[in-house]
Amino acid sequence: MTDETRDATMSIWRGTKTGGRFETYTVPMVEGMVVLDVIHRIQALRAPDLAVRWNCKAGKCGSCSAEINGHARLLCMTRMNTFAPGEEITVSPMKTFPIIKDLVTDVSFNYEKAKEIPAFKPKPKEADGTRRMYQEDIDRVQEFHKCIECFLCQDTCHVIRDHEENKKAFAGPRFFVRLAALEMHPLDTNDRLELIRQKAGLGFCNITKCCTEVCPEDIHITDNAIIPLKERIVTEFYDPLAWVKRRVLSKGAQQPGPGEPEPPSAKA
Amino acid sequence: MSKEGIERHDYDVIVVGAGGAGLRAAIEASAAGAHTALICKSLLGKAHTVMAEGGIAAALGNVWKEDNWRVHFRDTMRGGKLLNNWRMAQLHAQEAPDRVLELEEWGALFDRTSDGLILQRDFGGHRYARLAHVGDRTGLEMIRILQQHAVHKGIDVYMECTLQRLLTDGGKIAGAFGYWRESGKFVLFGARAVVLATGGGGKAWKITSNSWEYTGDGIAMALDAGTDLIDMEMVQFHPTGMVWPPSVRGLLVTEGVRGDGGMLTNNEGKRFMFDYIPEFFRADTAENEREADAWYEDKKNNRRTPDLLPRDEVARAINTEVKAGRGTPHGGVYLDIASRRSPEFIKKRLPSMYQQFKQLADVDITTTAMEIGPTCHYFMGGVRVEPETAAATVPGLFAAGEVAAGMHGANRLGGNSLSDLLVFGRRAGAGAAAYASRTNARAVDDAQVEAAARSMLAPFDGEGTENPYALHAELQETMQRLVGIIRTEAELQQAIATLDVLGERVDRVTVEGNRQFNPGWHLALDLRSMITVSKACARSALMRQESRGGHTRDDYQKADPEWGKKNVVTRKRGGQLELATEPLPQIPEELRQLVLAEEKQPA
Ligand SMILES: Cc1cc2nc3c(=O)[nH]c(=O)nc-3n(C[C@H](O)[C@H](O)[C@H](O)COP(=O)(O)OP(=O)(O)OC[C@H]3O[C@@H](n4cnc5c(N)ncnc54)[C@H](O)[C@@H]3O)c2cc1C
Ligand code: SF4
Ligand code: SF4
Ligand code: FES
Repeated sequence: MTDETRDATMSIWRGTKTGGRFETYTVPMVEGMVVLDVIHRIQALRAPDLAVRWNCKAGKCGSCSAEINGHARLLCMTRMNTFAPGEEITVSPMKTFPIIKDLVTDVSFNYEKAKEIPAFKPKPKEADGTRRMYQEDIDRVQEFHKCIECFLCQDTCHVIRDHEENKKAFAGPRFFVRLAALEMHPLDTNDRLELIRQKAGLGFCNITKCCTEVCPEDIHITDNAIIPLKERIVTEFYDPLAWVKRRVLSKGAQQPGPGEPEPPSAKA
Repeated sequence: MSKEGIERHDYDVIVVGAGGAGLRAAIEASAAGAHTALICKSLLGKAHTVMAEGGIAAALGNVWKEDNWRVHFRDTMRGGKLLNNWRMAQLHAQEAPDRVLELEEWGALFDRTSDGLILQRDFGGHRYARLAHVGDRTGLEMIRILQQHAVHKGIDVYMECTLQRLLTDGGKIAGAFGYWRESGKFVLFGARAVVLATGGGGKAWKITSNSWEYTGDGIAMALDAGTDLIDMEMVQFHPTGMVWPPSVRGLLVTEGVRGDGGMLTNNEGKRFMFDYIPEFFRADTAENEREADAWYEDKKNNRRTPDLLPRDEVARAINTEVKAGRGTPHGGVYLDIASRRSPEFIKKRLPSMYQQFKQLADVDITTTAMEIGPTCHYFMGGVRVEPETAAATVPGLFAAGEVAAGMHGANRLGGNSLSDLLVFGRRAGAGAAAYASRTNARAVDDAQVEAAARSMLAPFDGEGTENPYALHAELQETMQRLVGIIRTEAELQQAIATLDVLGERVDRVTVEGNRQFNPGWHLALDLRSMITVSKACARSALMRQESRGGHTRDDYQKADPEWGKKNVVTRKRGGQLELATEPLPQIPEELRQLVLAEEKQPA
């Protein structure tokens, strides 16, 4: 209840792609507030044009991603009582994406990457016209489907955080989760391993697990999505038997594309 | 202002709104060969639909083979207090299973039964366990699957683009006009047909489960374009919203908690819902706690727990308990699943509720009862549509999802929205594509565009004195206090007078800063729709002199059979709202019998 009388002081990054700076605001607080509530109060009382994204205010939509004291977080799920009284609180936009204004960044990178992923392609139905899948066979994929596309993992991943040039050939942890969801879907028949290895740039990931740490949905991005994908690539591409089987049996039985590594020889 | 400077795009069909209804409509229109655009205020995948928790209602019959479309139809009509458009309710009940199975074809993974089929859960007002679900994040699964499916269909998506005006030519749809949130620049869409899928307007209330997007834009735009609205008095207050701490007040607690065994109690520990079983549902409802608890497992020999009466009944009961002093310390009642189900079960079935309470309220729902109370949730009313094609009364305009009216009558059953989005989203997309293919593109009237542009920029003139945030707070207070769950003539009159004043004051709103991603400006524009929609709601509520579903009048406490035969219709003519009553479409006798038949008493 001590919250009732407290004021909240927060430094928020204000600016556009041409530049900006931190502005400090103080507003009264009530019990239970999250960082997003304080920002809304700042809009209402101090800075009406302060830009921020949000929708659900309950950790379900993944709109309100930003960096709080340098940590990638959802503004709506970060309680004010997690800060010590008097502790400095700074809020800045996600660093990996270009700034639009204040806390709003241009996340179109992610929507472009999503388009590159080949669609779900189900196998034929059962003889009785149903789709039978057992809970234990979909538990893992359901974990991946929890993703709210907050892109905090993308923001945190060092492969693109400080390396704009890597964005072209790296899909990022969010899309490794998506690819794993498709690859492990009991009904899917599409083949994406080529893409995962080449365009999605799975090889860039050196399993630092930073993405897993920030995921607000507790998806085990590295252990459950990335590592199994890496293993699959190893077996499919570097196990000659699997390679031959895939080439001969899969619908897209073409020769390796230009710039694509030749298959390892059977002797290697 | 010259129109040369305005970005313009031309399509056969534009779909406004990218929730479940809009996505499904766009997929269908595009599949029918229409050049289609999808436009939304937020980023793709962030619409309200993403927040839906409990499930999608469809009589798949996987858990109870006795279930079929007739039972679903009956439940829907009874839940809607028979004010529903019967044909919409019929189409919905018949087509929902196919729409759910189609999601599975597109990659959705619903929770499974032990024999590998889609599992279904109990929800209020549904005779059988009927809701296909994914834990308590069904909406996320649905929107993501639709979004991913749409992405591969070559539909152009315009995100963070807010439309403000529908353009007409000779009374027919010619396109729409709005602005990019990012730059504040105008954008014009020429279109043969427009599908509205913009959702409701619950952000006009203070305690609400709705997000900033729910400002009733689509309803206001349709009204301005000359279309009919119906049932605007019918607003659903969901019985279970969070009440504490203040910053999360109104946040939804899914009905799935009760569907999975949670019970409502007052501060005396009493399961008070047994005192509030209305005559209309008595034959369908358990008489005592033993029967209620047994019903979860054995639906043949027991009747439904009163905790799962339709939402209007439960919300009113909670309201009464709290007013009578039997509420919790923070003015709600208790919703207890902790003492009824194991922690493992709760975490598995309701993971996001568990997280929501733990993180936002420091409450562990596996050990402690939740405090909950009613929250503004859903608009049953909205744009009047024709059932088969979802066409509105203005040629070229279509509407589906929460923005449309008729399907749910006076009260929506839980789970019936997500299925509604799919069934009527698809029909609207098909209807719009068919219309577009047999009509010529209409001319865009520069005068309409210029008038809209001028009015949208007015808040930058700097002459006004009103702050948009303060005005919004006043609007929310007004609607909460005077047009809430229980209404009276005096209060509604007062609300209407206040709304008239707010309507004048909104013209004097001034915003700071420039047009680039400026939430103050966005709110200033959203406020206009919110006020329009609030006026339509308050005036319709004043007109309907009875209590029915989501509309409860303290001064007319009973349902009146005469009122049960008509809709309240709202139109805008010469800039003024006009209200009238019109008869409901006549339900065929055979279906009427189905609806009125009593359920079999337990053996
Ligand atoms: C917390 C919560 C839980 C729920 N749980 C369930 C459930 O379990 N089962 C169930 O059946 N129902 C549930 N509902 C209700 C259901 O989710 C909604 O009624 C439904 O999702 C509405 O879908 P829609 O497609 O009509 O609109 P929405 O999904 O709300 O989408 C509206 C779209 O319109 C766009 N838009 C609005 N105005 C404009 C404009 N001016 N210009 C451009 N675009 C615009 C928005 O950006 C958005 O994309 C729940 C609702 C809430 C809030
Ligand atoms: S584990 Fe891989 S994807 Fe995740 S942050 Fe580290 S490098 Fe990036
Ligand atoms: S995987 Fe987790 S962190 Fe990444 S976008 Fe999804 S929810 Fe966010
Ligand atoms: S506002 Fe939806 S996740 Fe924060």
